[in-house]
Amino acid sequence: MFAFIISRLLQALPVMLTVALLSFAMFAYVGDPVAIMLGQDYTIAQRDQLVADLGLDQPFFVQFAKFVFNAAQGEFGLSYRLSRPVAQLIAERAPATLELALCAAFLALAIGVPMGVYTGLYRNSWLSRFFLTFSLIGVSLPTFLIGILLILTFSVWLGWLPSFGRGDTVNIGGWSTGLLTLSGWKALILPSITLGLFQLTLIMRLVRAEMMEVLRTDYIKFARARGLTNRAVHFGHALKNTLVPVITITGLQLGAIIAFAIVTETVFQWPGMGLLFIQSVGAADIPVMSAYLLLIALMFVTINLIVDLLYYAVDPRLRIGRGKGAH
Amino acid sequence: MIGRVFRAAAAALVLGAGAMAGPVQAQTVRWTAAADANTLDPHSQNIGSVALLLQQVYDPLITRNADLSLRPGLATSWTEAEPRRWRFVLRQGVRFHEGQAFTADDVVFSIDRALAPTSNYGIFVDTVERAVKVDDFTVDIFLKIADPILPNKLASIFIMSKPWSEANNATRPQNTRAREEMHTVRNMNGTGAFRLVSREQDVRTVFRRNADWYGWREQGSTEANIQELVFRPIASDATRIAGLLSGEVDFVLDPPLQDLNRLRNAPGLRVLEGPEIRTIFIAMDVFRDELLYSDVRGQNPMKDLRVRRALYHAIDIQAIHRTTMRGFSVPTGTFFPPQVNGYTQAQDVRLPHDPTRARALLAEAGYPNGFGITLDCPNNRYINDEQICQAIAAMWTRIGVRTTVRAQPLAPFFAQIQRDDVSVYLLGWGVPALDALYSFQSLLATRNGAQGDGIWNYGRYSNPEMDALITRMKTQSGPQRTEAIHEALRMYREDVPHIPLHHQMIPWAMRANLQIPHAANNQPFFRFARMN
Repeated sequence: MFAFIISRLLQALPVMLTVALLSFAMFAYVGDPVAIMLGQDYTIAQRDQLVADLGLDQPFFVQFAKFVFNAAQGEFGLSYRLSRPVAQLIAERAPATLELALCAAFLALAIGVPMGVYTGLYRNSWLSRFFLTFSLIGVSLPTFLIGILLILTFSVWLGWLPSFGRGDTVNIGGWSTGLLTLSGWKALILPSITLGLFQLTLIMRLVRAEMMEVLRTDYIKFARARGLTNRAVHFGHALKNTLVPVITITGLQLGAIIAFAIVTETVFQWPGMGLLFIQSVGAADIPVMSAYLLLIALMFVTINLIVDLLYYAVDPRLRIGRGKGAH
Repeated sequence: MIGRVFRAAAAALVLGAGAMAGPVQAQTVRWTAAADANTLDPHSQNIGSVALLLQQVYDPLITRNADLSLRPGLATSWTEAEPRRWRFVLRQGVRFHEGQAFTADDVVFSIDRALAPTSNYGIFVDTVERAVKVDDFTVDIFLKIADPILPNKLASIFIMSKPWSEANNATRPQNTRAREEMHTVRNMNGTGAFRLVSREQDVRTVFRRNADWYGWREQGSTEANIQELVFRPIASDATRIAGLLSGEVDFVLDPPLQDLNRLRNAPGLRVLEGPEIRTIFIAMDVFRDELLYSDVRGQNPMKDLRVRRALYHAIDIQAIHRTTMRGFSVPTGTFFPPQVNGYTQAQDVRLPHDPTRARALLAEAGYPNGFGITLDCPNNRYINDEQICQAIAAMWTRIGVRTTVRAQPLAPFFAQIQRDDVSVYLLGWGVPALDALYSFQSLLATRNGAQGDGIWNYGRYSNPEMDALITRMKTQSGPQRTEAIHEALRMYREDVPHIPLHHQMIPWAMRANLQIPHAANNQPFFRFARMN
């Protein structure tokens, strides 16, 4: 087990380095931070001074090595755009993104699983057809359009929910939460739906397919033959066995939700990491962009590791395979 | 947790629309724009989005009315005592928001700070040698050369408190080498009409009326009644407008053009339009012997005046004005608008739209079959920038100059043109100092390394006669100087270093109960605003 974790961690290292290298190389094309920092008026000497201050006159690999060395110590420097420490900026924005992502994931599960079970059991009812059509919309409409349609409906026409921002937040030990105020909850509703809709339909379709698969298996027939109630068969036997892939997918999708909250955050001016990233791209703010990309990569690596460990715990075959290798 | 969601949702349903707009406080302006200020330091970044917040809180020595004319700020009077020495008499009894008394020391300190190497406001003090305190309320500013437009420039230099800056270790603008955040990045301590209450970058910035401000008794502000300003930037165009329509926002600085008609017809809303001090034009590489992005080999067609004139004649500016800009532009034959000192109607004349003449000129220049060229263009910097380029590309292609548009976001676009890696490009130029020299010097002077000279002249236009006129603008004053500017404008018209297009117009969208004068520098002055 321990050796397994160590080997996965060692595999993660090159992944992180590759992400760092790719993101760093990409920055050569996002524009010149110096141009943006200097504004409209400067002398050539001022420009050269700034380029030297930022270390942009050094060879690419020297810059990269410095970056990796500092990043390994959690030191990402000052944001070019905001003149504030990058780690601090990201720490300020992380709660907003995490609350939004968890809320979206919760919505996706709480609604997606029952809908999936229902459509799996009653394939031909009109409600199932409606759910499936609805899920098609969720899968095919782009996120920003869903967000704008929701804003148009619930903010502009009905005036029920705010169209942007996080509402009032409460700061608890450095974690700013919107979950303790009414306006915070109101502000969370539309972005969560926007962000979670795709995952919701994905989970629904997954659960549906798995349910249909499982319902055909022998042990369900035997369960019915034993005279168990429908409820016991559907939820006790069928659903339980569909959940393994659902948990896996949800785990991986959580990473995707956090990473791809960018669009939702932009539409709703949600002050999370994704919005910070987009604004940094606009200003060629390399320290923030690289720190963000590394953080996302780290998150994916961690989630993958956890999922692997879960497999390891859940699936006995993996353990046996390992055991043989050790002999 | 679920119960909470439902309770919140139910509450939202019950409370309905009225509650969502929040308790409407009569004199709170909730205002938005696409971008937040990157810093609150008064001398660190010379960008409109920064000035937008600074000018609510900080005062300069000489300030502006809504029509941008000068008026006394922290200085009550100023005179050119000698050609290279100006004397400023300061206002007495003024206090900074945190309580420090305002004196001559603060003025000397702030001008020194603007002169520091890390300052981005150098162009506004480029002629200043030093500021000297005469007594507590008199300051002399000594100049390197005579500078007739010093008051105009000083209107952009905000005055900070010396003891406050020293106590907070902020005596110089932010240095990028520093690892620490500077106090001034998120804190403000000015003498102005509003003081900063709270600051959350990109989320919410709150200002409250400074009841002690001297200006409330003065012209333009006696009727002003705004008690609180809440600034919440919204990056997405659609959301910004949704915020206004749903009543969560009172003032939108930069509504997208395509939404204006809808906003005009929406009940309770108003669109206020006015000219902006920003001119859009096309510049060309007239330096290289062969263009980087053209299919002409061995020569640079842009060096030929006839080609430049042909491209000029090909442009149907009225079509751009009508269609691309939906009427929101002022077509022009020169490169700064009438509000700028030195403007003259006599030289604001365009070459007429005349494709036949354009083709003839091309043939005369030796390009009867035209040529191919790439037009570089930003796509998120100016109003409808990319669409303008596409319209022009079509017009040029019609006379045989096959034009490819390369439109990019501003970050890569500016990086590229600043490497001179460009053949023909669209640029917009604002004139914060409101004087012609600023435009001539930055855009048309030969680039020679001196402060400001030719730093935005990426076509590397170089004309000794033009340079001589620019030198005259820098040193002479009175009618002689005006004459030099008019002469340079005539040369601009005849030599076609740029193809001018139009001055931008800026629309502001707001609730109908908000009264605020339009300002051509795109800076809403809430000290002149009233909410009914």
